[in-house]
Amino acid sequence: MTDSNRPTSASAQADDVVVEVKGVHYAVGRREIFAGLDVIARRGRITAIMGPSGTGKTTLLRLITGQTAPTSGELHVWGERVSTLARRDLYALRRRMGMLFQNGALLTDLDVFENVAFPVREHTRLSEPLIRELVLTKLHAVGLRGAARMMPSELSGGMARRVALARAVVMDPELLIYDEPFVGLDPISMGVIVRLIRQMNRVLGITSIVVSHDVRELAAIADDSYLLSQGRCVASGSPEELHRSESEVVRQFLDGVADGPVPFHYPAPDYRDQLLGVGRRAQRGRAA
Amino acid sequence: MSVAASRDGLLTGALRRIGAVGVFFGAVLLQCVPALARPRLIVHQVYNAGARSLIIIMLCGFFVGMVLGLQGFDLLQRFGSEDALGVAAALGLLKELGPVVTALLFAGRAGTALTSEIGLMRATDQLTAMQMMAVDPMQRIVAPRFIGGVIAMPLLVAIFNMVGLFGAQLVGVQLMDVDAGAFWSQMQGAVQLNDVQEGFIKSVVFGTACSLVAVYEGYHTEPTAAGVGLATTRTVVTSSVLTLLLDYILTAAFL
Repeated sequence: MTDSNRPTSASAQADDVVVEVKGVHYAVGRREIFAGLDVIARRGRITAIMGPSGTGKTTLLRLITGQTAPTSGELHVWGERVSTLARRDLYALRRRMGMLFQNGALLTDLDVFENVAFPVREHTRLSEPLIRELVLTKLHAVGLRGAARMMPSELSGGMARRVALARAVVMDPELLIYDEPFVGLDPISMGVIVRLIRQMNRVLGITSIVVSHDVRELAAIADDSYLLSQGRCVASGSPEELHRSESEVVRQFLDGVADGPVPFHYPAPDYRDQLLGVGRRAQRGRAA
Repeated sequence: MSVAASRDGLLTGALRRIGAVGVFFGAVLLQCVPALARPRLIVHQVYNAGARSLIIIMLCGFFVGMVLGLQGFDLLQRFGSEDALGVAAALGLLKELGPVVTALLFAGRAGTALTSEIGLMRATDQLTAMQMMAVDPMQRIVAPRFIGGVIAMPLLVAIFNMVGLFGAQLVGVQLMDVDAGAFWSQMQGAVQLNDVQEGFIKSVVFGTACSLVAVYEGYHTEPTAAGVGLATTRTVVTSSVLTLLLDYILTAAFL
């Protein structure tokens, strides 16, 4: 808790809340993804959402961005309850956000320049020289000004993600959401993305939510961390606090232990019985 | 019991699908109004759906016309009225073969391209990315492609008919020695504006149906490689069956 821009009073903290997830339940069919999830992201800070694969990290982003609605509970972004917003209001809310997708999600029929210019052309009537200047500035920030006329198919995974980052910030969003930004990147590209996320936050003051399971990278950039497991937030605090935690779940995740509170094996029938076909034989016997 | 249950399931599924397509059609029509304000996007799609289908349309039109010339000549000469070959070819092409064959070819060429393009955009999160940029993919992607298809179809039918008539004339007049004057003058005398209108209306209806099916299947593609393949196949099958069904309904209505 050493950061100077961390709010000091309760009211200041309430004013600073950008995203508030309160007691959210979400289920797909009978499978419950969240069972009373609580998460808060504050203005100007980098909030890390961590957790093993399949804990619903990306689903949480989909809930925050209004792509899907929670079964119950409340989810507010800038004080607006996302699930009750009309489409027009939701789109107005999204214009204040940027999102970096896991695979970049660049528009494959447009080149790098046009991809970054896309939201500008769609939402503004800026002149062509101004759009050019804006796009080149953003591409320069991610180090890809020289790749402006390349097609997405010609880019490496790391380059595509940097272009997607330039596109995500071209409209100067107040909230930037990163979905697994480090997946599949080589160490150099990963270092570049980590540096860019930190820069976007420190220089432009953008509130960031980063969903990932790369503990080391997140520890280097996050102000606040949440660890999700089995539909709930099992630990929260600064990365240092999480690292000092004695909780079994936290230790298993941070130390990369295969088995523990999060079991290695997906629920299955008894191994011996299944190999020996005990269940099948019993079934056949009953049928006979 | 299981047969009855599966039949009910099929019926319910079919009705649900028809309802979903109907709702989607309404949504597309609503988005067509703002999409028309961006003619550049539409022109691009007319080029994609129309100009890029030109070669296959012209080639098929030529062969269909030649076959029509041969068959028509064979049939008409039995009654000693081979001079009416021009009328037979023109009416056959304008009212029936032109719109139907073009629609079937359109479904196979442009329809599948539309479905796989939109389907891949769905599978690679491009549509979701647009929504996250507060851009409605229905307005930016679906509506221009739909309008492009509807505009391209009558143009393709006109070209198909023209090339088809040339093929029929080539076989009838050049190879089978039908009198050129009789071929063209009888055609001019017998073909009415109503016949042209019938073909035009059919082409617009088929264009609407095929484009709608293509964008619907693409937009609702399951985001997997197999899903895109399945959606593309469904586009061809559904568009072809729908074209022939609508053709019967329209023909009955015009008679």
